[in-house]
Amino acid sequence: MKQPTAKAMKTLEELQALDFALVELRLYLHTHPEDTEALKQYNETAEQRTELKGQVEAEFGSIAPNEPFTPGKTAGWSDDLWPWQL
Amino acid sequence: MFVYEKKLLYPVKASSCNPKLAKYLIEQYGGSDGELAAALRYMNQRYAIPDKVIGLLTDIAMEEFSHLEMIAAMVFKLTKDATPDQIKEAGLEAHYVNHGSGLYYENAGGVPFNASYIAGKGDPIADLFEDIAAEEKARATYQYIIDLSDDPDLNDGLKFLREREIVHGQRFREAVELLKEDYGAKKVF
Repeated sequence: MKQPTAKAMKTLEELQALDFALVELRLYLHTHPEDTEALKQYNETAEQRTELKGQVEAEFGSIAPNEPFTPGKTAGWSDDLWPWQL
Repeated sequence: MFVYEKKLLYPVKASSCNPKLAKYLIEQYGGSDGELAAALRYMNQRYAIPDKVIGLLTDIAMEEFSHLEMIAAMVFKLTKDATPDQIKEAGLEAHYVNHGSGLYYENAGGVPFNASYIAGKGDPIADLFEDIAAEEKARATYQYIIDLSDDPDLNDGLKFLREREIVHGQRFREAVELLKEDYGAKKVF
């Protein structure tokens, strides 16, 4: 299967960065539930993530189940390369 | 339930085919302080921990599974082009005879994963101190692998994982403090 373009990989890495910020903020909020600034940052990052995820799926196909398949992809899930194949 | 997202937590790159390094990395796949042990340990402790720590244990368990996938991706990339001679030279011939080019939950010495690597005492303080120790042991293991590795691309991913063990250890220490406050207030126990 064809490897994605450098531009596609950059978009994926941007999504990975946002998702990592969400992972880190979630852990922090478990032990600092009173930190409203961190909660605000979490919610804002989660909103940015929704938009970026659409761009990533346009390049890579669907990345998560229980959501509509990426437009233009028939199977969406298994047609494209898996993370360790990139 | 669980939902899989088809991407890694952090990008994984390998500079070259290096089955010797893959052999070291398997320690963090199926070894005593590896990612499988971590994920299973935290998932299993959730049922005997005060409610305010269940979310933390759940999210860290999920992150450990994504670390496990990163280690698998590293091993895959380091070994996918290896010749039989390179496999022999790396000391992976016993693995190859049993598992071919597939992965297996074992440690760097080839010992299969064992549930006795995981403690579950059903006591919140005992379990959280176990978790803190586990994170410190995993951090030390990552450092030892980085010491032996000469692959700068791979080390980038290993340094990320080493840092995550430090953060998890910090969050578990904070969870202990939260429970100690409740001990004082006689809210729990």
